[in-house]
Amino acid sequence: MELLAFGKTGWGDELFYATLMTIAVSVTAMLVGFFFALIFTPLKLSKYKSLNLIGNLYTTVIRGVPELLVIYLFFFGGSGAIMYVASIFGYFEYIEINAFITGSMAIGIISGAYSTEVFRGAIQSIDKGQFEAAKVLGVSKFAQFYKIILPQMLRLAIPNLSNVWQITLKDTSLISVTGLVEIMRQSYIAAGSTRDPLFFYSFAAVLYLLLTYLSMKFINRLEAKYSRGY
Amino acid sequence: MDFELMFTSFPKLLNATLITLKLLSVSLIIGMFLGLFFAILRMNKNMFINKFAYGYSYVFRGTPLLVQIFIIYFGLGQIEYLRTTFLWVILKEPYWCAIIAFALNTGAYTSEILRSAFQTIKPGVIEAGKSLGISNKIIFFKIQIPIAIRQSLPAYGNEIILMMKGTSLASTVTLMDLTGVAKYIISTTFKPIEVFIVAGGIYLFMTFIIHNVIKYLEKKYSFQ
Repeated sequence: MELLAFGKTGWGDELFYATLMTIAVSVTAMLVGFFFALIFTPLKLSKYKSLNLIGNLYTTVIRGVPELLVIYLFFFGGSGAIMYVASIFGYFEYIEINAFITGSMAIGIISGAYSTEVFRGAIQSIDKGQFEAAKVLGVSKFAQFYKIILPQMLRLAIPNLSNVWQITLKDTSLISVTGLVEIMRQSYIAAGSTRDPLFFYSFAAVLYLLLTYLSMKFINRLEAKYSRGY
Repeated sequence: MDFELMFTSFPKLLNATLITLKLLSVSLIIGMFLGLFFAILRMNKNMFINKFAYGYSYVFRGTPLLVQIFIIYFGLGQIEYLRTTFLWVILKEPYWCAIIAFALNTGAYTSEILRSAFQTIKPGVIEAGKSLGISNKIIFFKIQIPIAIRQSLPAYGNEIILMMKGTSLASTVTLMDLTGVAKYIISTTFKPIEVFIVAGGIYLFMTFIIHNVIKYLEKKYSFQ
């Protein structure tokens, strides 16, 4: 137990901050994912074939390729791509991107592909009559989306988004390969210096279980809130 | 775009795909038995057995696969006693550690898939079997299991694809699978995009094949 003490003698505070880092990366990645879903869901639902193709390409490729491979692409290719863009604007110095940004971008793009599918499914399962009724009543396109479609869509999407959140949370363990100190990386460091991998990796597993358990509790409350009246 | 690199790395990556496929198939076969075993335990009326099976699937579904591999590969080797038993022959090999982790992981997901499939079987089917005087054992093996397998095909297809992506984690315990070799080529040539396209293409091709095989099986064994 003294291994988990806070302060200089133990790994308690390090693991605590690492847990906060895992939460921060997961939340950022989830938000990045929402941003991508916001772009690609309309593309997938568009009536133009070419736009559909772009949307389908995104979700198929990202969901068909291992997360680790996407992370390696970002880890090794990220700064190169940024430097290429910068060179167009006449900036030729070496640019290094922070591991947090690389990690949450990579996980965010993966999470975005899953979110896109969830949103697409949710919008498609809303009764067509709802769209038509709004049109007949002369509700503007904007109000139609925000006041009629979105609230109904969220109710349908929340259970599946909770799955996406669980996947995202667990995927963040993979960015430990880029050196970002989150739960997995911190356990790796601690295990290496104390030669007690069994204890630290088991403890990491407990931390992840705790995170998934607590977020389930939270999401269940959210679900209850959005399904009022059903 | 370095097409020459793409061309030369293709055979190397294809070779590594064999290891990925080996890892996938062995762990899926073991995981299938584990899943069936734990799904049957979940339906047991004994609270203790039921909770044990639930705990297994909860823990393995609630933690990242990477943690599971690390516990088995780095963690178990720490127990002195294990080193003296015959188990050490297996546990010192990263290949078998990866397979144990993958099998336990996919077993947890499979048990959930099969459990929900068993629950959707209409009681009338079992009652019909009983009224025809068929023994419980035969009802289970000849009626319940085939229906459950058919019911769980779509979900199991997803699980196979997820597991195929999961095998990429074997590269973290020094195995040179498709992702491992891809990472090696990227870190020696610093051409991530080219290698990503080739390796990603191979993964996508495998996803495509799995997806279509499952679709074919679904059609073949549909009730209509």
